[in-house]
Amino acid sequence: MSVLVYAESSEGKFKKVAFEATSYGKKVAEQLGTNLVVLTINASDSSELNTYGAEKVLNVSNNSLKSLSAKVVANVIKQAAEKENSSVVIVDSSANGLSVAPMAAVNLNAGYASNTVGLPSSTNPFIVKRKAFSNKGFNFTEVKTVNKVIGIAKNSFGLVENLVSGSIEEFNPTLIESGLTSTSVDRSTGKVTIADADIVVSAGRGLKGPENWGMIEELAEVLGAATACSKPVSDMDWRPHGEHVGQTGKPVSSNLYIAIGISGAIQHLAGINASKVKVVINTDAEAPFFKAADYGVVGDAFEVVPNLIEKLKKFKAQNA
Amino acid sequence: MKILVCISHVPDTTSKINFTDNDTKFDTNGVQFVINPYDEFALTRAMWFKEKQGASVTVVNVGNATTEPTLRKALAIGADDAIRVNTEAIDGFYVAKQLAEVVKNGNFDLVLAGKESSDYNGGMVPAMLASILDYNFANACTGLEIDGTNATINCEIDGGKETLSSSLPLVIGGQKGLVEEKDLRIPNMRGIMMARKKPLNVVDALETEETSVSTSFEKPVPKGACKLVDADNIDELISLLHNEAKVI
Repeated sequence: MSVLVYAESSEGKFKKVAFEATSYGKKVAEQLGTNLVVLTINASDSSELNTYGAEKVLNVSNNSLKSLSAKVVANVIKQAAEKENSSVVIVDSSANGLSVAPMAAVNLNAGYASNTVGLPSSTNPFIVKRKAFSNKGFNFTEVKTVNKVIGIAKNSFGLVENLVSGSIEEFNPTLIESGLTSTSVDRSTGKVTIADADIVVSAGRGLKGPENWGMIEELAEVLGAATACSKPVSDMDWRPHGEHVGQTGKPVSSNLYIAIGISGAIQHLAGINASKVKVVINTDAEAPFFKAADYGVVGDAFEVVPNLIEKLKKFKAQNA
Repeated sequence: MKILVCISHVPDTTSKINFTDNDTKFDTNGVQFVINPYDEFALTRAMWFKEKQGASVTVVNVGNATTEPTLRKALAIGADDAIRVNTEAIDGFYVAKQLAEVVKNGNFDLVLAGKESSDYNGGMVPAMLASILDYNFANACTGLEIDGTNATINCEIDGGKETLSSSLPLVIGGQKGLVEEKDLRIPNMRGIMMARKKPLNVVDALETEETSVSTSFEKPVPKGACKLVDADNIDELISLLHNEAKVI
């Protein structure tokens, strides 16, 4: 028996979520008194996974897996799980992971618990805690099947270093047809994406117009953050739709979320309240965001933000 | 083209979330239920295919009789008929298995669903359904065009966008972008009157083993009050974020 983690890489490099899933998988394996096996596809250096506890790595190198169709990956996971006799499979919550995990569950006839936060509260019966109701509640789910697929929520467990000397084995699964043809891929290069960012700087209607976003971008740059916006801002085309965060936009689960000139409508908060620390800057002390935030500044963004940028630059220079 | 739109019956976003029976059940008291916001995008896109391309649109829900008003609302928006699989929605896998039966029996060639429901946010059903049926699947879709039996799909991927082409049959996990929010439809009086006469067929559930069950619920730990920092004292904010919150 073993625990299998699928650690996704993008252009050969692991994302933070892959290390998080590995860290989590190591702890689950310890709870179950078994070993951790990590499956990777086209990673350039899979030994990085040893840092987070990967005792054994199954390395798949195959150029036809470049586009990582979820259906094909889910089938590779099934083959790996069968080979390694893995009854628990752990998948991260990257965009691809969210399609891969449920498909792998069907392939393995496994119960699937998505959005899992924290380690199983019990392994027999196998019970995990999951996010629900847009973070307004948690649900405990018992997975009753022999095989289990766990989808771990982004930034919910963190990275836990646990250096082991691991073995790396080349794995050559049979590849099925994806059925889909990818005709174009358009990735924003060089910019921190909302999904990967540790810090997100987000602004709303309080900024009065798209011409005022320079300071938001500068603040994001100083912090190494991604930029985001509220729904009205993307609806008015002040900012691209891909920046809209909130219930119907992108979900945010960063370490720090800074909301500037955003009142904090419930639909907005539903999408961002998985973030660990929330800061609000708003002229209106009655704005609902102050009830959801950890830190708040009542003030005019056009004065506070430039000041914050200047002070942060000094802080960064001192702490570099 | 026969389209099936999966409708999840969820608490309105502004609902207070409480639990009863020793925290084992969601408290529906005073909760307004609505069509899952992500499903609304799928339904509205389906209406476009009905009006422009002559598709038929069936809506389906897996649930008990309390979900029927939500299906009626989907009929009022313009779906032709509705199916309710009469059972409790135990978990995503269970729901996907029920929906797979509906798809097989109805020979649907396009299944549209929201990428997740706004209550459990599980995101389990669309991909599981596609996998059970061995249909092609695209998730987080922000655009869909159908030409004959070919589909062109825009999807969000990590850090960008991807365009895919696929033949039908196909399952879509949809979101905003399939249609814009301003194009979502509110049922009008005529639609509501017509919806009363449209067929809502109740079918028996497939007997299948449950793979997971909800055991209990928990509310998040109440958050402490927001610490206010004076606008003239931004250094304090930086110090709090560095020393206390440890996020910069």
